[in-house]
Amino acid sequence: MSKFAKVTIATLGGLALAACNDDSDTVTIIETPVEYEVVLKNLTNGQPISPPSLLLHNTGALFTVGESASEALELLAESGDASEILSDTSFILSSASASGGITYGTSTSITVSYTDNVKYLSFVSMLGNSNDAFTGLNQVDLTDLALNDSVTYQTVAYDAGTEANTETADTVPGPASNAASSDGTAGEAFNAERDDIDIVTMHPGIVSSDDGLTTSALTYQQKFDNPVMSVTITRTR
Amino acid sequence: MTNKHFITAGLLGLFSATTQAQDLTVTVTNLTHNIYFTPIVAGAHDSATEIFETTTAATAELEELAEGGDISGVSSILGNAGADVIENPADGLLASGESTSFVLSNSSGNDYLSVAAMMLPTNDAFIGLDSWEIPSEAGTYTVFLNAYDAGTEANDELAASIPAFPGGDAGSGGSGVTTEISNATVHIHPGVVGDDDAEGGISDLDNSSHRWLNPVAKLTVVVE
Repeated sequence: MSKFAKVTIATLGGLALAACNDDSDTVTIIETPVEYEVVLKNLTNGQPISPPSLLLHNTGALFTVGESASEALELLAESGDASEILSDTSFILSSASASGGITYGTSTSITVSYTDNVKYLSFVSMLGNSNDAFTGLNQVDLTDLALNDSVTYQTVAYDAGTEANTETADTVPGPASNAASSDGTAGEAFNAERDDIDIVTMHPGIVSSDDGLTTSALTYQQKFDNPVMSVTITRTR
Repeated sequence: MTNKHFITAGLLGLFSATTQAQDLTVTVTNLTHNIYFTPIVAGAHDSATEIFETTTAATAELEELAEGGDISGVSSILGNAGADVIENPADGLLASGESTSFVLSNSSGNDYLSVAAMMLPTNDAFIGLDSWEIPSEAGTYTVFLNAYDAGTEANDELAASIPAFPGGDAGSGGSGVTTEISNATVHIHPGVVGDDDAEGGISDLDNSSHRWLNPVAKLTVVVE
């Protein structure tokens, strides 16, 4: 219902602009395609960010602070694997994924589109050198973003609450822990066991061995403060 | 909805084409616990000018500001670009909890505000505002500033690498937190580690007083 109303208004808007050349009184309902170009910057000192998958949707949310993480979010936050999140077709209208992760000090651009107006853009990505830290955007409202307008969001770090923040080499999957582990292999990523508080919260930060957590595989270089990403959304269609 | 946007965009376009100089009263407040800001540089400039950009290497001028508190280079970048520039409004250091105010009259076309100052005692941390679009509508606006790492010097946290400890609280004998630069572009500062050993440990900074979390500064901008 609301979708239909928006399509109509958009079409009328187009008609009004062209009214001086158009004597026709028939109103054609056309689909309104939208396209967003999104530039994502990794602002951290030493946290790789897992490949972001941008989602367009009208309902639903990827997470709620204070509530338990979904299994799909647990998988993402502990391993960087977004496949379970992408497989939820119950609310995702359209998605687009980066070809790889975003190294600290770099940015990537993703274009996501849909055949009709959409209400929200969301994404989640893991901070790779952590137990279950993630960042993202949750239900960014796109309805007021006009063509060629841009808006920039700063994202913060969340804790999925599904894995204790031990920072040990055998529980952190990222490259910093590979280097620290005795055999040079990656620590375990996803583990279905939930041995933490089991609610999503803001992340308390990386402690690191330099800061006195003797079992930590992480160093000063993996510490972070908010914001961890800058995300600029431009409506291009 | 769409029609409304068309109209709004049109009106804004009209206004920006006839933008007159504005008087901005800017107040900078140091929100940190025990970190000083060195002389502040602020400028109103056009959309093509930047004093820093995240995920991009710092200019030599920004490096001088972030490592040594020298704002002359950044001020020149702004001045050469036709910006309206304010230097050192606090007449020296701005301590924790203190504020400084200045009036910045921006010329037509200089619609973006940037601000920077080094944070002491650190290796190369600075407070930064990059190209904040100055509102055309009169009012009072609040902007919070983050601490950035210039990415030009390893954060060893040693007194020998830090130009000054304005609080007179320098440690000594630290072994150095790190010798490496993980991220050589301008990025959000990962924070100070410090330690609780004033005459040893890994750092010459104190782990309970020299830390901060973002935001580190508050800007109040009154647009007339």
